[in-house]
Amino acid sequence: MGVQGLKDGIAAGRLAADQYAENFSDLHAPLGRHEALVEADRCYFCYDAPCMNACPTEIDIPLFIREISTGNALGAAETIFKQNILGGMCARVCPTEQLCEEACVRMEAEGKPVQIGLLQRYATDEAMEKDKQFFTRATPTGKRIAVVGAGPAGLACAHRLAMHGHDVVVYDGKPKAGGLNEYGIASYKTPDGFAQKEVDYITAIGGITIVNEKLLGRDFSLPELLDGFDSVFLGMGLGGVNALRADGENADGALNAVDFIANLRQSDDLSTLPIGRRVVVIGGGMTAVDAAVQSKLLGAEEVTMCYRRGKEHMNASEFEQDLAASKGVVIRHWVAPKRVLTEAGKVTGIELEYTALKDGKLQGTGETFTLPCDQVMKAIGQTLATDGEGVEIAGGKIAIDEEGRTSNPRVWAGGDCATGGEDLTVTAVAQGRDAAESITRFLQSA
Amino acid sequence: MADIRNNFVGIKSPNPFWLASAPPTDKAYNVERAFKAGWGGVVWKTLGEEGPPVVNVNGPRYGAIWGADRRLLGFNNIELITDRSLQINLQEIKQVKKNWPDRAVVVSIMVPCEEDAWKAILPLVEETEADGIELNFGCPHGMSERGMGAAVGQVPEYVEMVVRWCKQYSRMPVITKLTPNVTDVRRPARAAKNGGTDAVSLINTINSITNVDLDLMAPMPTIDGKGTHGGYCGPAAKPIALHMVAEIARDPATYSLPISGIGGVTTWRDAAEFMALGAGNVQVCTAAMVYGFKIVEEMISGLKGWMDEKGYATLDDFTGKAVRNVTDWQYLNLNYVTKAKIDQDKCIKCGRCHIACEDTSHQAITKSKDGVRHFEVMDDECVGCNLCVNVCPVEDCISMIALEPGMLDQRTKKVVDPNYANWTTHPNNPAAKTAVEPAE
Ligand SMILES: Cc1cc2nc3c(=O)[nH]c(=O)nc-3n(C[C@H](O)[C@H](O)[C@H](O)COP(=O)(O)OP(=O)(O)OC[C@H]3O[C@@H](n4cnc5c(N)ncnc54)[C@H](O)[C@@H]3O)c2cc1C
Ligand SMILES: Cc1cc2nc3c(=O)[nH]c(=O)nc-3n(C[C@H](O)[C@H](O)[C@H](O)COP(=O)(O)O)c2cc1C
Ligand code: SF4
Ligand code: SF4
Ligand code: SF4
Repeated sequence: MGVQGLKDGIAAGRLAADQYAENFSDLHAPLGRHEALVEADRCYFCYDAPCMNACPTEIDIPLFIREISTGNALGAAETIFKQNILGGMCARVCPTEQLCEEACVRMEAEGKPVQIGLLQRYATDEAMEKDKQFFTRATPTGKRIAVVGAGPAGLACAHRLAMHGHDVVVYDGKPKAGGLNEYGIASYKTPDGFAQKEVDYITAIGGITIVNEKLLGRDFSLPELLDGFDSVFLGMGLGGVNALRADGENADGALNAVDFIANLRQSDDLSTLPIGRRVVVIGGGMTAVDAAVQSKLLGAEEVTMCYRRGKEHMNASEFEQDLAASKGVVIRHWVAPKRVLTEAGKVTGIELEYTALKDGKLQGTGETFTLPCDQVMKAIGQTLATDGEGVEIAGGKIAIDEEGRTSNPRVWAGGDCATGGEDLTVTAVAQGRDAAESITRFLQSA
Repeated sequence: MADIRNNFVGIKSPNPFWLASAPPTDKAYNVERAFKAGWGGVVWKTLGEEGPPVVNVNGPRYGAIWGADRRLLGFNNIELITDRSLQINLQEIKQVKKNWPDRAVVVSIMVPCEEDAWKAILPLVEETEADGIELNFGCPHGMSERGMGAAVGQVPEYVEMVVRWCKQYSRMPVITKLTPNVTDVRRPARAAKNGGTDAVSLINTINSITNVDLDLMAPMPTIDGKGTHGGYCGPAAKPIALHMVAEIARDPATYSLPISGIGGVTTWRDAAEFMALGAGNVQVCTAAMVYGFKIVEEMISGLKGWMDEKGYATLDDFTGKAVRNVTDWQYLNLNYVTKAKIDQDKCIKCGRCHIACEDTSHQAITKSKDGVRHFEVMDDECVGCNLCVNVCPVEDCISMIALEPGMLDQRTKKVVDPNYANWTTHPNNPAAKTAVEPAE
C-alpha cells in the first residue's frame, strides 16, 4: 500500500475501499477455544482475588475463569452477568491494564497478567451468541421507575430493577439506546453493531420500555416524572463539552471530538466521512486518543495530539497512549492552544503556547509555535448538560451517596453524570446496579 | 434447571458434593465454612476410641507432585486420624448437624478391630444425630501399623466382621470406606456387602513416596532426616479410583451396592465421571485443600449446566449410565477400526505427534510435505492407537475417526466388517470357541 489520499483540506475517501474495513476491525481478536483454555489455565484461583477487588462491578473472576477451564463457558457467563449485565461491553472497553489485570497476581509474578478481559469476552460472547438468558423477573411489584438515559448506567439500573419485578421506562434523548456505547466508544473496540445487540440482550428480560428521543428538561421535567413514577434514576451522562476559549474555535474545520466520534459510529459507509489531511486533537484523555486514532484510521496523513501537561498527567492509559503511537499519532506534551488560525473561515492551523508548571500552577511560557492543519478537534472534557433539575450538584456533577441517592429522596443517579468513580463504562454499570438495589430496598420499606 | 439434590442410602443433601473425611472436616469451624460455601455434606474426620487422642508429627506431613506452572497433580500425607478429643468432636458434630439440618453429616470411625471397641463408640456417635457412619478401613500409614485402617481393609474377613458389628450395634446407615492398597478391590467390597453394609466409599489413599530429597537422601516429606510412605491422592489418583469404582459397580456380587466415589475429584466433570460409573455421589479432599471450599461453586454450576445441556433432569438420570459399557478386554470389538486425523487448521506444527509415533509407535505421521514442515497421518500405517491424540498440545486438533463398515482399511487392506467380533472367537486365539457375548 503506497501513500494515497493526500488531498489537502477536509475530504472523504482517503483510503482504498477495502482498507476501511481492515482499519476498523476488532482491536483485539477474540480468543478461540484453545487460546481461552490455555489462558484460563494460568489463573491461580486466588483467595479474595485482587483482580476481583479491582473490578468496579466485583465480578467473581477466579470462579468464571475456572468455569471456562472446565468447559462451562455458559456458567462463566452467568457468573459475569450476575454482577455486570454489560459484561460483554466491559470485556471490550475496560482499561483492564488499570483495573483487574493490573491487580492480577501474575502481574506481580511475571509481569504478564491473566488476560481477564479477553476471557470475559470469550464467555459472554458464547452466551450472547446462543441468546442464553440467565435471569427472570421476580413477581411483579406494581412499582414503576423512570430511568433517564439509556447508557450503561441506565441500562444496568433498568435490568436490575426489572429483575426485582418493577416496571421500568427508560427515556433517552437519542434515537438509539446505548449511550456512549453506541455513540462514543471507539468503533474498533465494539464493531459489528455490538452495542445494539447488547441492548436487546439486556431488555430481553422484560419489563423494560425504552422511549427514545425524549429529553429531560425539554420534553418533560423531573417533577413531572416524579408524579408518574415511584422513583427516578438519572443516568444521563455528560452531554455538554468544555469550550477551548481560544479564538477561531467555531471556524469551519474546528469541531468537538465527541461529535466527530458519534458521527463516525453512526456512519454506515466510512469512505464518505470527511477527514482532514492534517488533524490536531486537543486533549489528553480517552476521548482525545480515540479521536486521534480514528482520524488516522480514516486516512489523515498527520495527526497530532496536543496536551497541556506531561505524559504522566494524561488521563489516557499507558496502553491507550501506546495504541495511539502505534497508529502513527504524534503526542505533544506541555503545549496549550492559543488561537485557531483561519483563512476564509476555514481552519489552516493552530497556534500553541508552551506550558510549564510554576509553583504547582500550570502557566504559559510566552513562547508559541504554529502547527498547520485543516481540522482541529476539541477533547478537553465533557460537562453535565442540565442544571440538575433541582437535585444537588457537587463539583459539576449530581451529588450522590454510596448507594446512589441524590438530595431528593425519590431520585437516584449514577454513571458519568454523578459524583464518585471514574468516568468509565464499568463504573457506570456498578453505580446503576447499586442504585437499583437501593431503590428496591427503599420501595420495599415504603 | 437440573435438580441435583442427592439421596445416598437415605441420607439427603442438596447436592452430591461431600467433603471426604480429612483435614477439611476435622472441626466445626471448617465444616461450618464448608456448608456456607455450599458443600452438600461432609464425612467428619475419622474419630478414634475414647482416651488420649493420637498424635501427629510436628513437621511436614504433606508432599506433592506438580505439573506445568506448578499445578498440583498428586498429593501425599502422613497424617493420622483426628488428634482432637473424642468428646469435643462429638459435641461439635451434634451442634453442626443441628445448625445444618439439610446437609449430610456422616461420621468416620476407626477403632481397634475388637467388638467391644466398636460397641462402645457406636452409641456415642448415634447420640450426635449424625446421618450415618463411615468405617475407615483405608488409612495406609501409621494407623495400619497399629492394626487399624488399611490393615483391616486388606483382610476381607475383618471387613465383614466389623461391618456386621456396626449393623448390629447401630441403626445408622453404614458406609464402608475401602483401601485401594489391595490387588482386587472387589473382595473387600463383597465382604462389606456380606456384612450388611449400606454402601461402600472409595478410594482412600494409595501407598506412596512422592519424592526424595537428594541432599538429605531421604523421602519427602522428611521428618528430621527420615521419611515414611504416605497416602497418595489428588487428580493423579483419579484413574485408579475410577477403575475400582467401576469394578464394584459391574461385579454381579456387588451390583447395585451404593458407592460414594472418592479420589481426585476436582471439577464437575470428575464428579460426573464417577457418577456415570455408578457412584451415587462423590467426596472431595485434595481439591478443597488446594483451592479452598469455593470450588464447589464451579462444581455445582458445571454439573447443572452439563445436565441441562444433556437433558438430564435429576442425578438418577445419568448415574451408572456408563457401567454397562465397562467390559473385559476380550469382549472389545476387534472389527472396530479408527484412524487418527490431524486438523491442519488447528495444528501448530510442534512435531510431537510425529516423534512419538516415529520413535515409539508405528511410523504413521509425516514430518514434511513438498519440503515444508507438515504433519499428516498416513492411513496405511496408522493403527489407531491414540498416542498422537494424547501428546498433541492442542485440544481437538487430532481426532480419532472410525472407519465405516465397508470402507477399506489402508493398513490391513481389509474391508471393515460391520459385524461385532471379539477375541473369544478370533482365529489367532488358541482357546477360541464359539462366540461369547459380553456380560451386561
Ligand atoms: C469518546 C469516548 C470514549 C470512551 N471510551 C471508553 C472506553 O474505552 N472504556 C471505558 O470504560 N469508558 C470509555 N468512555 C467513558 C464511557 O463511555 C462512559 O463512562 C459511560 O458511557 C458512562 O455511562 P453513562 O450511562 O453514565 O452515560 P452515557 O453513556 O453518556 O449515556 C447517557 C445517556 O443519556 C442520554 N441523555 C443525556 N441527557 C439526557 C436527557 N436530558 N434526557 C434523556 N436522555 C438523556 C444520552 O443520550 C445517553 O444515551 C469513553 C467516553 C468517550 C466520550
Ligand atoms: C491429609 C489427609 C488426611 C486424610 N485423613 C483421612 C481420614 O482421617 N480418614 C479417612 O477416611 N480418609 C482420610 N483421607 C483420605 C481422603 O478422605 C480421601 O479418601 C483421599 O484423599 C482421596 O480423595 P482426594 O483425591 O479428593 O483427596 C485423608 C486424606 C488426606 C489428604
Ligand atoms: S489475580 Fe490473576 S491469577 Fe489471581 S484469580 Fe485473578 S486472574 Fe486469576
Ligand atoms: S499451611 Fe498454615 S499451618 Fe501449615 S505450614 Fe503453612 S502456615 Fe503453617
Ligand atoms: S502434535 Fe498436534 S500440534 Fe503438534 S504437530 Fe502434531 S498435530 Fe500438530
